[in-house]
Amino acid sequence: MYVAVKGGERAIENAHRLLADKRRGDQSVPEVTLDQISEQLGLAVDRVMSEGSLYDRELASLAIKQARGDLIEAIFLVRAFRATMPRFGASEPVDTGAMRVQRRVSSTFKDIPGGQILGPTFDYTHRLLDPSLAQGFVPEAPATADASTAPTPRVTDILGRDGLIESSPQAEDGASVGDLTREPLNFPADRDLRLQNLARGDEGFLLAMGYSTQRGYGRNHPFAGEIRFGEVEVEFAAEDVGFAVPLGSIELTECQMVNQFKGSATEAPCFTRGYGLAFGQSERKTMSMALVDRALRARELGEEVRAPAQDEEFVMSHSDNVQATGFVEHLKLPHYVDFQSELGLLRKLRQEFADAQAPDAMKEAAE
Amino acid sequence: MAVLAHAEAGEIAARLRDLALDVALPPHQDLRAPENGLVMLRGRAGGDGAPFNLGEATVSRAAVRLASGEVGFGYTLGRDGEKARLIALCDALVQSRDFGGAVERDVIAPLREQLMVRRKQAAAETAATKVDFYTMVRGEG
Repeated sequence: MYVAVKGGERAIENAHRLLADKRRGDQSVPEVTLDQISEQLGLAVDRVMSEGSLYDRELASLAIKQARGDLIEAIFLVRAFRATMPRFGASEPVDTGAMRVQRRVSSTFKDIPGGQILGPTFDYTHRLLDPSLAQGFVPEAPATADASTAPTPRVTDILGRDGLIESSPQAEDGASVGDLTREPLNFPADRDLRLQNLARGDEGFLLAMGYSTQRGYGRNHPFAGEIRFGEVEVEFAAEDVGFAVPLGSIELTECQMVNQFKGSATEAPCFTRGYGLAFGQSERKTMSMALVDRALRARELGEEVRAPAQDEEFVMSHSDNVQATGFVEHLKLPHYVDFQSELGLLRKLRQEFADAQAPDAMKEAAE
Repeated sequence: MAVLAHAEAGEIAARLRDLALDVALPPHQDLRAPENGLVMLRGRAGGDGAPFNLGEATVSRAAVRLASGEVGFGYTLGRDGEKARLIALCDALVQSRDFGGAVERDVIAPLREQLMVRRKQAAAETAATKVDFYTMVRGEG
């Protein structure tokens, strides 16, 4: 329990004034602009959009600036902002198969239709600090090549044609799509809610959970069937218009994890799958999400639930960094009354302990 | 209309201004003043399965009615209400017999051309990062 404490108004006001000054830093150094954040710290913006659960580069950039680069604080700001806006409705589900890919790799097949496309990636860099970036670096213009018009089908669709992988579960007619921003979470939770939870979940948490499955806590033998990043079109069935209108395009990363098989007396064995999807270029996030999505399907696939990553209540209740930071950080708010009662109790217990010891001490002194 | 959603408000406005120099645009009024809100973006489990809620996006919308009665709607990602209004105006004009052809020719077609050039450039840069596997022959062969 914490109680309202009065008397700190002036201190609070001055603390925020000091914060504003510290946020700006040395004023002889140029102020960072939202365009600079959006263009040059793009992956931070992607993360804030994903976990803030709001696709808007400009708002995410503003949040990062306001939060002094503290991404969880920025995510908090974005979540608070979205709560102030009316919702027009839900989009048509995006078609990631029709993505204009900027990157697309598979670790399961070398020769995939459409090819392995590396795109802008940190992979194969040597992770050596580059002093030339310290100032005034002008990159070379990107190389170009003739673009093929060949489609880039999902690797899972290729495997699916031969029945080697389970097909994605289809929605029942008229089934509504669960939305954890509207209804409180109940367990067991269906896959739509789990995927929504993971999509906005903390990257670090999901990374650790996914990693734990690789280390044996709920092992599911994953292969990165495909990772793709690029632009997809968004359409929205607007009631006033009467048909689906184009809204523009967004950047997404998708990961299809291919996992060890299942089968039964009536079904031939086939690979199982885990799925990751997030705003922007968020490869680590979507790979982790796909590992955890697959682990959370333990119940449905008849696997024994033994590891934290397979426990949906554990994962879903702890994945949200805004909730987590709220509860952890509330510990620094005044708990004076609570603590006084604990202190009183402790003093009483210590007195009882001392009283119990006393007769022995007197006895020893007598001997 | 997809072309307009991909363009900047300034680009659409400039094209409409140029068009208005040749032909006087008809009087029009806001049927719905520009308004910002959210649309929940959906994906599908496995890419092709049951839908789920991925996260929201900011969206701006507006509606415009021409004096001659045509009603146009404008929807776009982001919070630029003026862009939504310009899209709505174009949508209304495209439906009108007198202006449809001119808007398609002088506003939408050039913006489509620009979009295609941008996409072609991006596709060419992406294509340069495609892996060409070759097999190293070892031993006596």
